[in-house]
Amino acid sequence: MTEATTQKMTVIEAINLALHEAMEADPKVLVLGEEVGDEQEGGVMGVTKGLSTKFGKDRVKSTPISEQAIIGAAIGASVGGYKPVAEIMLMNFVTVAMDMITNHAAKLRFMSGGQTNVPIVIRTMTGAGFSTGGQHSDYLEAWFAHTAGIKVVAPSNPEDAYGLMRAAINDPDPVLFIENLPTYWTPMPVNKQIVPIGKARVSREGSDVTVIGHSLMIVHALGVAEKLASEGISVEVIDLRTISPWDRETVLASARKTGRALVVHEAVKQFGIGAEIASVINEELWGQLKAPVKRLGAAFAPVPFSKPLETAFVPQPADIESAIRVLMA
Amino acid sequence: MTTNYPKPDNATLLEIFRKASLIKLNDERIIKQMMSGKLVMPYYSPRGQEIIPSAISVNLADDDYICTIYRGIHDMLAKGFPLGELWAELAGKVTGTCKGKGGPMHLTCPEKGMMVTTGIVGSSMPIATGLGWAAKLDGKNRVSVANFGDGAANIGAFHESLNMAALWKLPVIFVCQNNLYAEHTSQAYSRVIEKISDRAAAYGMPGVTVNGNDPDEMYGAAKVAIDRARAGEGPTLIEAMSFRFNGHLLGEAGHYMDKELYAEAQKKDPMPILRARLISEGIVSEEEVAAIEADINRQIDEALAAALAADFPEAAELKRDVFAEEIA
Repeated sequence: MTEATTQKMTVIEAINLALHEAMEADPKVLVLGEEVGDEQEGGVMGVTKGLSTKFGKDRVKSTPISEQAIIGAAIGASVGGYKPVAEIMLMNFVTVAMDMITNHAAKLRFMSGGQTNVPIVIRTMTGAGFSTGGQHSDYLEAWFAHTAGIKVVAPSNPEDAYGLMRAAINDPDPVLFIENLPTYWTPMPVNKQIVPIGKARVSREGSDVTVIGHSLMIVHALGVAEKLASEGISVEVIDLRTISPWDRETVLASARKTGRALVVHEAVKQFGIGAEIASVINEELWGQLKAPVKRLGAAFAPVPFSKPLETAFVPQPADIESAIRVLMA
Repeated sequence: MTTNYPKPDNATLLEIFRKASLIKLNDERIIKQMMSGKLVMPYYSPRGQEIIPSAISVNLADDDYICTIYRGIHDMLAKGFPLGELWAELAGKVTGTCKGKGGPMHLTCPEKGMMVTTGIVGSSMPIATGLGWAAKLDGKNRVSVANFGDGAANIGAFHESLNMAALWKLPVIFVCQNNLYAEHTSQAYSRVIEKISDRAAAYGMPGVTVNGNDPDEMYGAAKVAIDRARAGEGPTLIEAMSFRFNGHLLGEAGHYMDKELYAEAQKKDPMPILRARLISEGIVSEEEVAAIEADINRQIDEALAAALAADFPEAAELKRDVFAEEIA
């Protein structure tokens, strides 16, 4: 993508644009999922708005509520030479299609000895903060990062949402694309370019402490970094963007530089991706760190409904700030 | 019901017999190799179900898609799976079709339209539905065949797939190979209705139950469904009644099986029946049948010898084919 056009848009608009451009560029790109057609209002959040009108109902399929068949149809179409982008409305609904995703999409290339591959994108959305309770707002990225054969990406801003979607559609392997509900509507400048999968973004440079995360936690971390800068604490923020395969090089280079690292995610802390990242930092940088690597994640509980409980459940900016202060102490 | 079906001509009937004989003789050889310890693998023998895929496949071209399951070696052989690569895969060798990484439960050969073999009950159907979508978009009158067992008709994926395929009018043929048992559970413990094909009505597609061991009936039902799919009229559910003589997993005791039912099924073993029929109808002579069988055995000998002589994959294969790019 050589166009250096920068325009302001939301995550929803950025993904919508990426889908339009990808479908325009390649007739093999398909879209399917519950309510994705314009007759159903172009997706529950309007991310697929306009696609069925522009590209027709053969390529853009609104489906019954059948998650196994949605992912199965995407897998089959991809093995038959197409590039489907399947929407699973909410990340918790992905659980209904786990067999199709982990036993089939992720494994067919390996089990067939490279004879078949599954170039699908599974778009899904999640995030706490709207009192949607225990089955509508989970972050389950660790389940998929633990599965060989599927890539996992999670943009925190419109520019990366656009660039990662283009990259995910081009990718010859299955990509789980996790959209964050609370950051859907914030307009930000987008420089249209493909964001390579597996490459983190240094969202803010700093020298005292590294904060590593993805999705909404990056928004929180950037706010905290700005606040602490006035006190003379210099925070580097690394947005993973790709959770699997994650960018060890960028993360280790930053942690080596600052000597202090905090990994933060909205998913439950126990057995979360923070555990993997923290242990790799420890394995690689033992002796070079100024403090033990810290982790922040949600409480070991289902996402609660009641607002104060929900707020207490996920890491808040104040939690990130105190973790940084502990690291600096 | 069967009187309305198109009948296979003599040449087609002979082709069905050739395919079915390959399946039977190949199965016997696999069992012999496993018993002698030369082949170690989980094996779900298709012995008894040979006619079903043989009579279907004579209606299919190489570029028609099939998906099948762990008990699927018969489906693969009938569609034309290369014998050398099959045996090498069963032996876990690098010369196998999946480089030894898939094994008997994940046989794949896209150049012959064999896209997915799954070890998960019911999972062939959603993927075959997607292949049907691809076939429809391609506009080349290709069809997609989903093979599965009677047990799989009780899993959610069956219902989601039939509904979606009917809704989108996809060229999919759902072939339920009903061998009366889901693993060790007989049908009486699995559902109330007698015929699985009755479920087709719930999704607005034709559903038929046929004697899968009868080559005329199986051929006719398959041809009608495949022609219908190619004509853009949508999917069909075929319930092909059969029996498996070697139980669920080779080596099991089989105490769960009804002995009388088993004895009755053995009397109706479709293979000797078809063999005798071809000879009695003068389609082939005893000598010609013997020559067909000898030729198949010779091909198996060659494939087996090459498989045993081939190398195992090296450990570096663990880093390959996880993703397109090799893992560092």
